[in-house]
Amino acid sequence: MTTRTIHWYKYASPPNLYRLAGQLVPWFAVPSGILFIVGLYLGLFVAPTDFQQGDAYRVLFVHVPAAWMGMLLYVVLAFYAAVGWIFNARVSGMMASSLSITGAMFTCLSLVTGSLWGRPTWGTWWVWDARTTSTLILLFLYLGFISLQSAIDDSRRADRAGAVVAMVGIVNVPIIYFSVQWWNTLHQGATLRIAKETSMAGSMLAPLLTMIAACWLYSIAIVLLRLRCLIREREPMAALALAEVTK
Amino acid sequence: MKTLSQTGMLRWLVWRDLTLAWRRRSDVSGTLFFFVIVITLFPLSVSPDTRLLRSIAPGVVWVAALLASLFALGRLFAEDYADGTLEQMLLTSQPIYLIVLGKVLAQWLMCAIPLVLMAPLLGVQFGLSRYSPFVLAASLMLGTPIVLLVGSIGAALTLGLRASSTLTSLLVMPLYIPTLVFGAGAVQAVIEGDSPDPNFRLLAATLICAIVFAPWAAAAALRVSLE
Repeated sequence: MTTRTIHWYKYASPPNLYRLAGQLVPWFAVPSGILFIVGLYLGLFVAPTDFQQGDAYRVLFVHVPAAWMGMLLYVVLAFYAAVGWIFNARVSGMMASSLSITGAMFTCLSLVTGSLWGRPTWGTWWVWDARTTSTLILLFLYLGFISLQSAIDDSRRADRAGAVVAMVGIVNVPIIYFSVQWWNTLHQGATLRIAKETSMAGSMLAPLLTMIAACWLYSIAIVLLRLRCLIREREPMAALALAEVTK
Repeated sequence: MKTLSQTGMLRWLVWRDLTLAWRRRSDVSGTLFFFVIVITLFPLSVSPDTRLLRSIAPGVVWVAALLASLFALGRLFAEDYADGTLEQMLLTSQPIYLIVLGKVLAQWLMCAIPLVLMAPLLGVQFGLSRYSPFVLAASLMLGTPIVLLVGSIGAALTLGLRASSTLTSLLVMPLYIPTLVFGAGAVQAVIEGDSPDPNFRLLAATLICAIVFAPWAAAAALRVSLE
């Protein structure tokens, strides 16, 4: 074999993707588990106590990765939804639905941890600042997507309707973000803001990066796992055909 | 067979919807009453203090307008979908974009214009002074078409589903946020003695984008729902 070309269309077929996803899941799940343990250990026990915020700042090691994943996964979701819409690929639609749950979970987690962090440092559970508010709106966008998909019984229609919502949503995300930012600067003069750190100490940066990597790997693993379930649910024939092949 | 030009089609659609609405006036006046009643509940539930009312007036009126628009969205396609007219319309050679635009325009004329005309009066009740009630009306004039255009996407997507109105609100409310911020912001600026100009410009820009893109997305959504 001199040249190897990857046949992307091969994985647009549910049985092939089902098998591929099954092979990939452990490769992402196991490192993710290890990195979670390492990252949490470094973050909770090794990283030094912050001289301003005390130990409360350690929420950051969960909060920052969660917030990143929440935003990133919406972009990925919209990408898959668009691919599914354009190429009429069933598996892209399934990918979008399987991403939506994880994205909503991370967004919710970032709101909860943010509020837990806000209590000791800002003295309040909730602040209507631009970033918090736009994260909350992002959660609403996820919930809209999820509830629309679950309200439609026909899975093809659910995929296509979800694609419209995701694409409209992604176009609106920047507009919403800027409007919220302007609204905030218009209404309140000085808001509470996280003090800008001059630079992050290496001992704090290492666990943060580890946790970010762990969250990435976790997301990929869980999304692929959910994708397998969706293929089984929607295309029982695909899973059956695979069983025939592997027998 | 006579074929309609695109402007002819638009005019016919608007005229038809307006005629239908006129023959069932109670549907349309219900939206207006809802708007007025919701706003009336605020002084009763918050406080009759004029200073406080003045500061919440833009937000209250705007949120009430958004809620009232949900009634209009519920009617936008649902009746034509139920009796099969919508399907026939999509079968014509006219672009679906145009059908959406025509229906939204008709809905705006019959549901939003009464709200816009009523708004200055409610503004006065909330203690808005001088020309700020008219700024409120102008912001609604620019903002309500955006609301209906964006909402038409949600209405088209949820066509024929159970609990479709709840679902529509869940889908489109987050998308209303920029409009709400700019619209209420314009009035707030005037109350605080600033110029409403920047907010009006942003509102107008949003309106232009909505006119260009929203009917297109709603057309795609209609195609999904009527497949």
